Amino acid sequence: MSFHTNKYYYGDYGEAKNGAADISAKGSAKEEWPLWEIFIRSKQGLDHKHVGSLHAADAAMAIENARDVYTRRMEGVSIWAVESKYIHASNPDEAGALYDPANDKVYRHPTFYDLPDEVKYM
Amino acid sequence: MEKTSEAFFQDKIDREIRIEPKDWMPEKYRQTLIRQISQHAHSEIIGMLPEGNWITRAPSLRRKAILLAKVQDEAGHGLYLYSAAETLGISRDEMYEQLHSGRAKYSSIFNYPTLSWADIGVIGWLVDGAAIMNQVPLCRSSFGPYARAMVRVCKEESFHQRQGFEILLTLSRGTEAQRSMAQDAINRWWWPSIMMFGPKDDESPNSVQSMKWKIKRFSNDELRQKFIDVTAEQVKVLGFTLPDPNLKWNKARGHYDYGAINWDEFWQVIQGNGPCNKERLEARKKAWEEGEWVRAAASAYTTKKNKRNTTVAA
Amino acid sequence: MNKTQQFNQLLNLADNALIIGHRCSEWCGHGPVLEQDIAISNIALDYIGQARNFYQAAATLINEDPEMLTGFVLPATEDSLAYLRDQREFRNHLITELPNGDWAVTTLRIFLFSAYQYFLYTQLKDSGDLSVNAIAEKALKEVTYHVKWSADWVIRLGDGTEESNRRIRHAVDHLWAYTGELFLQESELQQQWLQKVQLVFEEAGLVIPEKTWMHQGGTSGNHTEHLGFILAEMQFLQRAYPGSQW
Repeated sequence: MSFHTNKYYYGDYGEAKNGAADISAKGSAKEEWPLWEIFIRSKQGLDHKHVGSLHAADAAMAIENARDVYTRRMEGVSIWAVESKYIHASNPDEAGALYDPANDKVYRHPTFYDLPDEVKYM
Repeated sequence: MEKTSEAFFQDKIDREIRIEPKDWMPEKYRQTLIRQISQHAHSEIIGMLPEGNWITRAPSLRRKAILLAKVQDEAGHGLYLYSAAETLGISRDEMYEQLHSGRAKYSSIFNYPTLSWADIGVIGWLVDGAAIMNQVPLCRSSFGPYARAMVRVCKEESFHQRQGFEILLTLSRGTEAQRSMAQDAINRWWWPSIMMFGPKDDESPNSVQSMKWKIKRFSNDELRQKFIDVTAEQVKVLGFTLPDPNLKWNKARGHYDYGAINWDEFWQVIQGNGPCNKERLEARKKAWEEGEWVRAAASAYTTKKNKRNTTVAA
Repeated sequence: MNKTQQFNQLLNLADNALIIGHRCSEWCGHGPVLEQDIAISNIALDYIGQARNFYQAAATLINEDPEMLTGFVLPATEDSLAYLRDQREFRNHLITELPNGDWAVTTLRIFLFSAYQYFLYTQLKDSGDLSVNAIAEKALKEVTYHVKWSADWVIRLGDGTEESNRRIRHAVDHLWAYTGELFLQESELQQQWLQKVQLVFEEAGLVIPEKTWMHQGGTSGNHTEHLGFILAEMQFLQRAYPGSQW
């Protein structure tokens, strides 16, 4: 199936007039620094949250780079770096089987229960 | 009946559910995104150069710090965007290779020279202003990593335009020489800025598919008009003029009318014939090539260190 | 220390930070990899911030006592001190003004110099001089990171590839002769610095050069040819449009 997308986006001048050739992904020739996923705790007491990724030669450099890239505006007090290849992800095709069954279990949520207003602190 | 992957995908888009990297997506959607996001990333990185020119010449220490922080932010934005593109299965090195070989493009605006300090103000005000207008809707792009990168970019970008306007405001209240420096910069950057929005809508027929995919939500002319309307008012605060004799408020339309854009110039610049295309690309290639031994050294060191650690452990 | 000496010390601290910051900022947009481009720009920003703080302290000092020294634009500001003095009046050490060279020279210079700053600021933050205590304390945090970042690079390059090893050794040969000026008298500072350098060099597989000729003159205004070009570029707008606001 082929689509023609002649719409020009910002920073995107399409393929037609500029001679831009095929930009599909191919294997890279030289070895690139590995990719790391960065998680940052924005303040004490909060969870580390995924903020993005970056390249670094090793873990120490990944943490330093994360400090320079992702905490320029005081966004964090603690950094985790995990090499991306070690992240295991659930399969989106199984999303139905994994998460839909939780849909009808409303009794797990406190708002499911109807209590008289006189009951306080519950 | 089982829905096709295609229909399932479109259904998600229609219900404003973000597409994530591991989700099934049409190959053309992936290709379009790789192209758009990488071109956007390249624009940020190339965009560092014209402004970077003035870091060492900034006229006060305060301005120097602001400009350096701003140009550095652009490196960060390039990095966020390359990362978003990498989730689609292309490496940053490949994207660089496409840029350096001229196969990938970047925003035409960065092929114009920065000739005076006022250009730094005008780039902040007009170029970043136009970019923000383009980028805010991208925060709702259908592709999750792109949308998230853009949220971060837009948040950081907000000071960029203001610092540019402040530079011009200061110049507007300065000496005669400073005022003419500023007006000259506006004259040179105005047309390239409004070209940033891309060709006229009727010359870039909007395929049903691309809108349907919600990668972007407004047409080039819509955004351009919005930018011109806003800017035509802001320029009055500065006491300068925009170099378009046909710029007039049209009461019936509720918008400013504007003169014809020189699209030939636009395509010439895109195709490599702008005033600074060669310098920009050469500067990037040089940085990349001269950095090769540095990157290799760090990789080699890590390999050695890991080997030593394994030996110790064993 | 009398007020004139205090003023000169502040200028030395400020000029050092400004000039090395200027050199670091030249990398912005040209770094070997995007993440390191951002890192060195951060370092440049730290340095420019330090320079501003020291210049402001110096300006306050001379504005309080304008008779102290002649030849300064008054009232002094951070910008008048940075932009309206000529090279003979700059008090920075020579090592800060040398061209960046390659990544090896760049990172080694930052290492040698920021290690010096680390021990110096540690002293200054507890010195009796109130005008520098707070600045040194803030700057010390920044410099601690600069030392770590640059030491990591010196080690990586020393123990990386054959080429990186050759380049970092060349950088040592080139820069070492400019380190003597940092310690005009034998001092505890010098011993601390030497220990730190030795530690990092050892890990990098580098050797501290035998006693060599040491260049000096920066703190008395006898600079290399390079400073003039830095200032010509940096001061151009202030000189071309005197008295303007920017």
